[in-house]
Amino acid sequence: MQGKTLAIGLAAALAAGAAHAQTELVVVSWGGAYSASQQKAYHDPYMAANADIKILNDDSASEGLSKLRAMAEADNVTWDLVDMIASDAITACDEGLVLEIDFDNALAAAPDGTSATEDFGDMIVSECFIPQIVYSTTFGYRTDLVKTPPTTIADVFDLEKIPGKRSLEKKPLANIEWALLADGVALDDVYDVLSTPEGVDRAYAKLDTIKSDVVWWAKGAVPVQLLADGEVVIASAYNGRLFSGIEEEKQPIAMMWDWQWFDLDGWVVPKGGKNVDAVMKFLRFATDTQRLADQAKFISYGPARMSSAPLVGKHATLGIEMGPHMPTAPANATTMLPNNIEWWADHGDEMNERFNAWLARG
Amino acid sequence: MSAVSPDTPAMLTTADGAPLKVSFDRALRRSRLKALALVLPLFAFLLITFLVPIGDMLLRSVENQLVGNVLHRTVKALDHWDQGSGELPDEEAFAALVADFQEGRENRTIGRVGVRLNYESGGMSSLFRKTGRRAKRITEAPFREAMIKLDKRWGNLDVWRLIKRESDAYTASYYLSAVDMRFIADGSIARQDENRQIYVRLFGRTLWLSLVITVLCLLLGYPISYLMATLPVRTSNLLMIMVLLPFWTSLLVRTTCWIALLQQQGVINDLLVWVGIIGEDNRLAMIHNRTGTIIAMTHILLPFMVLPLYSVMKTIPPSYLRAARSLGANPFTAFVRVYMPNTVAGVGAGSILVFIIAIGYYITPALVGGTSGTLISNFIAHHMQVSLNWGLAAALGALLLAAVLALYVLYDKIVGIDNMKLG
Repeated sequence: MQGKTLAIGLAAALAAGAAHAQTELVVVSWGGAYSASQQKAYHDPYMAANADIKILNDDSASEGLSKLRAMAEADNVTWDLVDMIASDAITACDEGLVLEIDFDNALAAAPDGTSATEDFGDMIVSECFIPQIVYSTTFGYRTDLVKTPPTTIADVFDLEKIPGKRSLEKKPLANIEWALLADGVALDDVYDVLSTPEGVDRAYAKLDTIKSDVVWWAKGAVPVQLLADGEVVIASAYNGRLFSGIEEEKQPIAMMWDWQWFDLDGWVVPKGGKNVDAVMKFLRFATDTQRLADQAKFISYGPARMSSAPLVGKHATLGIEMGPHMPTAPANATTMLPNNIEWWADHGDEMNERFNAWLARG
Repeated sequence: MSAVSPDTPAMLTTADGAPLKVSFDRALRRSRLKALALVLPLFAFLLITFLVPIGDMLLRSVENQLVGNVLHRTVKALDHWDQGSGELPDEEAFAALVADFQEGRENRTIGRVGVRLNYESGGMSSLFRKTGRRAKRITEAPFREAMIKLDKRWGNLDVWRLIKRESDAYTASYYLSAVDMRFIADGSIARQDENRQIYVRLFGRTLWLSLVITVLCLLLGYPISYLMATLPVRTSNLLMIMVLLPFWTSLLVRTTCWIALLQQQGVINDLLVWVGIIGEDNRLAMIHNRTGTIIAMTHILLPFMVLPLYSVMKTIPPSYLRAARSLGANPFTAFVRVYMPNTVAGVGAGSILVFIIAIGYYITPALVGGTSGTLISNFIAHHMQVSLNWGLAAALGALLLAAVLALYVLYDKIVGIDNMKLG
């Protein structure tokens, strides 16, 4: 009897000891519905299978790049894993703030044995960046406030066909490309045209035609709110935000996918992190085929692995089929504009100055 | 008649025999040290949290070690290159460049040089990234041909001039950018292209809007403070709570409330349309523009005006006004000639407080300012967080600091800083 009590006591002490030996991983992401989707698809199952790991969420991804640099300068890196958009990840990689990843060794192969490098394919845009989702910036419009529904990017710039205010993101990225596409430039020529001063002038001349009717947004939640309030009739917005406005909040909004802006979001591992081994193990799990497909149950962003696409199922609570809501769905992706990260890395500074000077001229 | 004065007056001494003067000085010094020890923590705190960061910021706005450190061989080889000669640097410089690239690729520092030089000239980022990836394949001379074959931009004189110019440990280029100027390829200074000029305009706008907000706060705050200072305590306490209540509410909540009130489909516009003052098609644009910034910031900064005003007004005895009246002044003259001059200290304190807070404000303009209501601080934040051009952010911040100090000196000259009373 006494022996048994002792055994229970010992077991309890061991369990307590194990609890103390837990590794805490600080994972930085965007918060809101996006972090929730990662929690359900990656963090919860991983913690259930690995009792020694505890994942702590930090919602400061929007300041990810600047904080990473500040941490590196102070030589005190407290983050273990950071969610970043691809262009920021490339900057972080250039600055030497994040680790290079050996894709085939560090990441799981697809179920059919295809190597990670091949499975991610074109999504690998940097040696430091593990792609996670494809998201798009596309258009939503008020079905009750427009007489003729917009069908092409040119309609966004057409004040006669679609009268009323519109909302665009307050940065040149995507907007100047859209302006040229609406002005009749072919996709293949867009960056050639933009690389000349006349081409940039042409883009701004097109933007000038709607300038006084544009409400500029800076935070992802704003354009959907503007649409819901009837402040604007059409707005560019992240497709996941539009999805939740339409399907979860039942707003009278519809999508217009023409020339949707494709971008990638994924993981980087900060250099100098204290739990690199544990993080790499977690990443192997969190970026495998099934996990990426699982995330799409909770948010309408497309998985970055080709092998995940067929596994995308129904939304976890709404029960609707998620496939057709992915930016990568064939019906939505007839025209798409991938982020030209290289071009923007070269010209982003000039373009931002030009854009802000253009805005300031009122 | 007694012998009172010997030859020398007896020196006054303390009990231990030390001269009184020395002993007195010593005691004084000890108490000064004690007083100093009391303020020492505050002094150290200020030094660490205030002076050191500001010094660091000032240093960052001119610091430029990166290019010289990473491309150290190249920079040395460029010492004897005459950039006006119209000739590319010699083979030795190209060999040094290849070696620097191979080392920089290994240490992962070469990308940072590309990012740094890209601030000066668009395209450097991709040139350095591409060259960094491929430079390890170049193992033997001639290096010049190999590099130009790798990317023809290495045959461009301007690229080399840029490297040479930015290889100094200190640079003025961040300050030039901050005042819409730049170095052009031959090293002389020119104004930025007109369609990229932005910061000077923003500095002007920031100062102007801060001034407007300060004046509005004064116009709104003065009567309230007067009321609070003259009403019975119970009523004035209630008023005080109403002034302070928004102060205790989250900044974001208050700003969002203004959006709900002021937007085109918002409460105020709805009301005006319903009453019939404006038509359905002429709804006023009161937010996401300059008006929005002014309204929301005046509201947020009002307590900073009211509190110093109130504390000064509270100390003005009502008998002054009664005396002025009894000497024949009418109420208006009494107020203007007797009461108002007594409040100058509070007006000065409140105005300077509101103005200085307004000049560096950034969250509210970012949310409600649209395009015409954003301030210089929004761009400092942009360069800190998005473009990661900390040098430019530091230069903009330093200029803002200089503007505030200049205004402070001006204020001291005109009003006198001794007249300021914060409470």
